[in-house]
Amino acid sequence: MRKARNTRIEIMTNPSQASVASHAPAPLGGSLITPTTLICGVLIAIMLAVLAVRFFLGLGAVTNLNDGYPWGIWVVVDVIIGSAFACGGFSVAMLVYIFNRGEYHPLVRPALLASLFGYTLAGAGVIFDLGRWWNFWHIFSPSYWNPNSVMFEVAVCISLYIIVMWIEFSPAFLEQFGKYEVKKKLNKMLYIFVALGTVLPMMHQSSLGTLLVVMGVQINPLWATPLEPLLYLLTAITMGYAVVLFESCVASTGYRRKLETRLLTPMAKVMLGFLVAYLLVRIGDLVVRGALPHAFQASLEALMFWIETACFAAPLLLIGSEANRRNPARLFLAGMLLMLGGALLRLNGFLIGYETGDGFHYFPALPELLVTVGMFSVEVLGYIIITRRFPVLPREATTH
Amino acid sequence: MERNQVFFDENRESLNQLEKRLDLGRREFLQFCSTVAATMGLPAGAEAAIAKAVETAKRPSVIWLHFQECTGCSESLLRAEHPTLEKLILDVISLDYHETLMAAAGHQAEAARKDAMKANKGKYILVVEGAIPVKDDGIYCKIGGKKAINLVKECAADAAAVIAIGSCASWGGMPSTDPNPTGASSVAEVLGKPVVTIPGCPPNPYNFLATVVHFLTFGKFPEVDKLGRPKFAYGRLIHENCERRAHFDAGRFAMEFGDAGHRQGYCLYKLGCKGPETYANCSAIGFGDAGENNWPVGCGHPCIGCSEKGVGFTKPIHQVAKMLNVTPPLQYPRIVEEQGKAASFASAAAVAAIAGAAAGAAVMLTRNLGLSHAAQEAKKADSDSAGKEKV
Repeated sequence: MRKARNTRIEIMTNPSQASVASHAPAPLGGSLITPTTLICGVLIAIMLAVLAVRFFLGLGAVTNLNDGYPWGIWVVVDVIIGSAFACGGFSVAMLVYIFNRGEYHPLVRPALLASLFGYTLAGAGVIFDLGRWWNFWHIFSPSYWNPNSVMFEVAVCISLYIIVMWIEFSPAFLEQFGKYEVKKKLNKMLYIFVALGTVLPMMHQSSLGTLLVVMGVQINPLWATPLEPLLYLLTAITMGYAVVLFESCVASTGYRRKLETRLLTPMAKVMLGFLVAYLLVRIGDLVVRGALPHAFQASLEALMFWIETACFAAPLLLIGSEANRRNPARLFLAGMLLMLGGALLRLNGFLIGYETGDGFHYFPALPELLVTVGMFSVEVLGYIIITRRFPVLPREATTH
Repeated sequence: MERNQVFFDENRESLNQLEKRLDLGRREFLQFCSTVAATMGLPAGAEAAIAKAVETAKRPSVIWLHFQECTGCSESLLRAEHPTLEKLILDVISLDYHETLMAAAGHQAEAARKDAMKANKGKYILVVEGAIPVKDDGIYCKIGGKKAINLVKECAADAAAVIAIGSCASWGGMPSTDPNPTGASSVAEVLGKPVVTIPGCPPNPYNFLATVVHFLTFGKFPEVDKLGRPKFAYGRLIHENCERRAHFDAGRFAMEFGDAGHRQGYCLYKLGCKGPETYANCSAIGFGDAGENNWPVGCGHPCIGCSEKGVGFTKPIHQVAKMLNVTPPLQYPRIVEEQGKAASFASAAAVAAIAGAAAGAAVMLTRNLGLSHAAQEAKKADSDSAGKEKV
């Protein structure tokens, strides 16, 4: 508590901070020890215990992975869905810097922070799932590259994007540690990283869809389409905005701050635009490929398809009108549903709609689940620590 | 088809004569020729050349000497199950001197040897069975008053070719086992020059026969390795073509006689099988014309490496072989393919709990956001109406 107050004074007394706009980012301060952080800590400790077993005794000791299902939730949830949830930074940065909508700038840093965690954890999650994890550094050594591989594209793009994002986010740390000279120099080059930070996720988010194309007939026709890269890219962008809605609502409730409805309402409209584009491509593709009858079979896949589609369609009803978009409850719900829909699209494609041959089963083991829960706890805890200690969230005009 | 007609002309006079001479069906005869050609790995057409050579060539004179041995090599040739093999052997070669087979005895026998050597000087084949003792001036083996060492030198002097049959003649064999009290030596050691060797205890009769037939057909011996062994028969390790090789590669070993692995025909490596360090074609052509699997390993006994110097009669039978190529690891990965399990109660409950907690939190958060929004709207409406009243 005392430390927080000190840092705030330091920033206030810094001459270069005198001219900051009223909505410039500032640390929230406050205690780091709360019921939420404690629960997160316990969950992370459990995850570390499971991972210790995994690294000493191998994947078979803690997971239900098998030859038919070499990818479980550590890949599909922690990496593929986790990185899609982490598209907030990319989506908002695209809005601000590519479409030049500067008014959304206050949303960039918090969104980027969530992305930073999402992607860094996705990168770490890959290492947990690698059988020979000690070879992970091969991706940085050109002599090991196979440029014809989709996996290579995904791996290189994600590794580069994680580095790029840390650089994009570094002004927050530089401000906090008072390195204004360095920040000034970095600002001159930052546009390169901002551009990379937009291109790289577009490349690998679409390539994650290409992974399904490569798997061919093992994927249920409802999800096996050559358009999968486009579907994954569109949903990644849509989910990016949805995550910002979700995160803003949760942060404002958790920190008892005023909700930035004036920014979220128009952003939700942009999001709906991408959503409509996605739904047109998705349904059009199913009709053209003649895969729609599969949705009317009595099967788990068909049920999951309808739940997924409902999650994507419901936001159109929930926040279709301008008046409804002003209601934070509806914005939050729409954001939640879109995140769920995007997650289901990925889960359905990679696990539920994946059939590799007779006799193979997969359902995550308890330790596997505990690691995934732990990963999300790291994200929440990191978000709390950084927003309380570093200038990320916009300063509350009313409190000053 | 055309080539077969040319080579296997059914009305060929020499074939008819052979049929009468041996009281042997031509089909059986041609089968024999094909078997010999296949044993040597000769190209298609060789069987026809062999047939022609056997039918028409003058049978070479063979002098067969026995020294320190058990006559197992001769037995294996004669006891071959193929009904007419012994007839063929005796037809292919003119066995002018063979101590255990010839009817003659004593001075008569020795005279026959001398006559044959004189009549076929420079053309006869000398076959040596058994090791030759050289210690104490070679006094440990005498035949007709002559020491073995002198006899072999005398017979080899005018021979067209020398073949050492069996491990004893090839490299000393069992009699040369430490401490080798008689100084048992191989033919090559005694003669001081390389000879064709057919090691084995006993060797497969087809390896000997094929070597002789090759000489008969082509006028020279087949290609040999540096130990004088025909490459067609001794070019590969027994291990390489072993029918139990898949068990070796998968790490399935019989650990003792009669255990579960032994009963299921697992690899005998850990029982001391010397297949991995013994060069011979036992695993490829079997033994004794009784069909495949009829050889030591096929019967469930580890190979003792009888044909290999330094292995057979030297290493203990159950000592684990030295691997000449790949040594098996101590541990193997499991080869059971896991197919995964259905959801356990714990994991299903955990998923349900996470989903429930998330849904509950979402509902509460939505409700709070909705309530505060409603309150805000109401306040706004209030202030709006208040403003209107003021106006």
